[in-house]
Amino acid sequence: MESIGVEEKGLNLEATELRLGLPGRDKIEKEIISSFNKNKRAAPKSAEDDGSEAKADTKHRDHEAAPAAKAQVIGWPPIRSYRKNNFAPKKAEAEYGNYVKVSMDGAPYLRKIDLKVYTGYKDLLQALENMFKLSIGVYSEREGYKGSEHAPTYEDKDGDWMLVGDVPWDMFMSSCKRLRIMKGSEARGLGCAV
Amino acid sequence: MSEAQAQMSEDDADLAAAAGGASIRTAVVTTGGDYSSPYPDQVLENVLENVLIFLTSRRDRNAVSLVCKSWYRAEALTRSEIYIGNCYSVSPRRAAERFRRVRSVVLKGKPRFADFSLMPPDWGAHFAPWVIEMAEAYRGLEKLYLKRMNVTDDDLAVMARSFGNFRELVLVCCEGFGTAGLAVVASKCRQLRVFDLIEAEVSDDDEVDWLSCFPESGTCLESLIFDCVEFPINFDALENLVARSRSLKKLRVNRFVNLEQLHRLMILAPQLTDLGTGSFSPQDHPIDQEPDLVSAFTACRSLVSLSGFRETVPDYLPAVYPVCANITSLNFSYANITADELKPVIRNCHKLQIFWVLDSVRDEGLQAVAATCKDLRELRVFPIDATEDNVGPVSDVGLQAISEGCKKLESILYFCQQMTNAAVISMSNNCPDLVVFRLCIIGRYRPDHSTGEPMDEGFGAIVKNCKKLTRLAVSGLLTDKAFSYIGQYGKLVRTLSFAFAGDSDLGLKYVLEGCSKLEKLEIRDCPFGDSALRSGLHHYHNMRFLWMSTCRVTRQGCREIAQQIPRVIVEVFRWNQILEEGEKSDLVDTLYLYRSLEGPRADAPKFVNIL
Repeated sequence: MESIGVEEKGLNLEATELRLGLPGRDKIEKEIISSFNKNKRAAPKSAEDDGSEAKADTKHRDHEAAPAAKAQVIGWPPIRSYRKNNFAPKKAEAEYGNYVKVSMDGAPYLRKIDLKVYTGYKDLLQALENMFKLSIGVYSEREGYKGSEHAPTYEDKDGDWMLVGDVPWDMFMSSCKRLRIMKGSEARGLGCAV
Repeated sequence: MSEAQAQMSEDDADLAAAAGGASIRTAVVTTGGDYSSPYPDQVLENVLENVLIFLTSRRDRNAVSLVCKSWYRAEALTRSEIYIGNCYSVSPRRAAERFRRVRSVVLKGKPRFADFSLMPPDWGAHFAPWVIEMAEAYRGLEKLYLKRMNVTDDDLAVMARSFGNFRELVLVCCEGFGTAGLAVVASKCRQLRVFDLIEAEVSDDDEVDWLSCFPESGTCLESLIFDCVEFPINFDALENLVARSRSLKKLRVNRFVNLEQLHRLMILAPQLTDLGTGSFSPQDHPIDQEPDLVSAFTACRSLVSLSGFRETVPDYLPAVYPVCANITSLNFSYANITADELKPVIRNCHKLQIFWVLDSVRDEGLQAVAATCKDLRELRVFPIDATEDNVGPVSDVGLQAISEGCKKLESILYFCQQMTNAAVISMSNNCPDLVVFRLCIIGRYRPDHSTGEPMDEGFGAIVKNCKKLTRLAVSGLLTDKAFSYIGQYGKLVRTLSFAFAGDSDLGLKYVLEGCSKLEKLEIRDCPFGDSALRSGLHHYHNMRFLWMSTCRVTRQGCREIAQQIPRVIVEVFRWNQILEEGEKSDLVDTLYLYRSLEGPRADAPKFVNIL
């Protein structure tokens, strides 16, 4: 059984015991883990207390939140982070909001907004008007956005550019990848689509 | 080791040059200007140069350069590919002064543990000083392979405009650049044949449509790999690019290319030998009827390598059946599929040599692999769920099956929650050709789950029986005994990886004293201290690096090492900024030690102390 440093050759015989059932080593593991995390020649009896602090330290640097019973350690197991994240990216979106980039033709830089914050198209368009100091016009199914130089468009999951407002709000929320406020002749062209 | 000695002998050459020793070109002039009697050694050197052109192995070339000064010079002039395993071991200037006619450069930066967040960001490994030097010295540069380097868009721009004949760019695990950099390379490197981004972190801040930047009239592209790019691309541009790249053989797209789009690409490029399939999942609202993937795959008669499957829907897997019989490499490591979904595919893959898979296929899936893939050389089994648990989907059962079915195995990376010595011993006996053995038992300090014993005997058998072993990574419950086996039998081992293992300093001592060919040693969370560190003093100048994090080495111990060996840089850093109140520890968080011809680097960030 491993010992903590040369001074502490205390054999933990439990761990090498022959067992028929599944090894239940969480408690011992936690002690070892915590003392290594603290990098001290710690006496075992203080390890328990230090353990919870060590876990808290390493926790907020980790990618995943660990279940309380098992300590998550940085960089363990040795898998690159994009592999670890590959099976959990959708969860992140649910918690942290639905941010999409917004660009406007002619503007020097982009903005980012959280679609979740808006209750519907009216709310969203109002926010865009305020953000970019422009007016967008009135939406109609036949003619797109009448009465202004600008038309709000978005890129959907398939990579196609669509006019904002054509689909139900919920469908828009889930399929919108980014927004672009078109200007001038391009904008007018959208309204006259077949 | 010859590499170190080759570097040492370079100093002799420097001294000779300083003392007015003649180079080949000036030899004739200094012997009184009588051109009819050339300096006698020049003939030999010319002959040698002509012969040395055929020598490609860098280890052979290092040996050649040690024979004498004249051979050293001849070798330096004929070496066309330089390999720099640690970008800080030599300065760009020094490398360029020794090797003047280089067409291909391999440059590696950070150590591997940087991949697992064990190295703080901004540590270094900047490509900038290298590209600036090469822009002057190697105008004829054709190939660049960078691994774990920090590469900026500006660096790529310098590269793109400096090398007129540039042909191959491979960036592995690099970061620091974005679409703007890619665009410059695409547009300026008109001779580009290979453009590979492998496990690189590419930023999308600039949002440049880099795929549109390739030459309009047609490209020489043979390989285009960007499966690691984590943002959408302009598909129309990609389709257009594939259509006008008639030499394209390898194409690995990212997960933002769906099944319908993949189909369109395959129709355009049936000559592909290597295909990365992107998401392998249909678009959300399919408009047309399903594309005929089976025909598309059937048309790819030369396909030998398949990967991608990033968001695969198992229903579409049967489309790959037509190519199974021919493929030698299959990467399913992003495909969350069951054993039953794997079996119909794998049972046709008789020629498979390289197989990467997720443990979602379970031991049963691995048994199916063992039953069919008799020619398997490399296996990697990755975990879907990386948390420590008592039981996992793959175990000793899967490993045992593989060892019995795939006797030609040379390389294995196996993640599991539990293992037995018996299965590992079995593999050591059945697979004598093993060169790389990396077993990662995710549960730390796990003993053999059937006997309760440490995993010493299993790993001991591997080093004893696998006579060709050069790379080993250990895990599970291990005592100093395991390390004594490694030191005793691991005479060819060059790379070792230890984590959460060992009892005392003895463990590391056994290894440092026994493994005479050791070049790379990475250790984390092991109880090894200063005494163990000292036992490697005789060997560190033969190694590329030693990494020890969260062990028991003290600052004083590291300082002693730094003082006692010349030409070895000892970096010590604090990563863990959260300390307890009033705690003063002499223990270092991380020690990174590497041999170098240069002094301490000038670009070290604040948290790095060079002793």
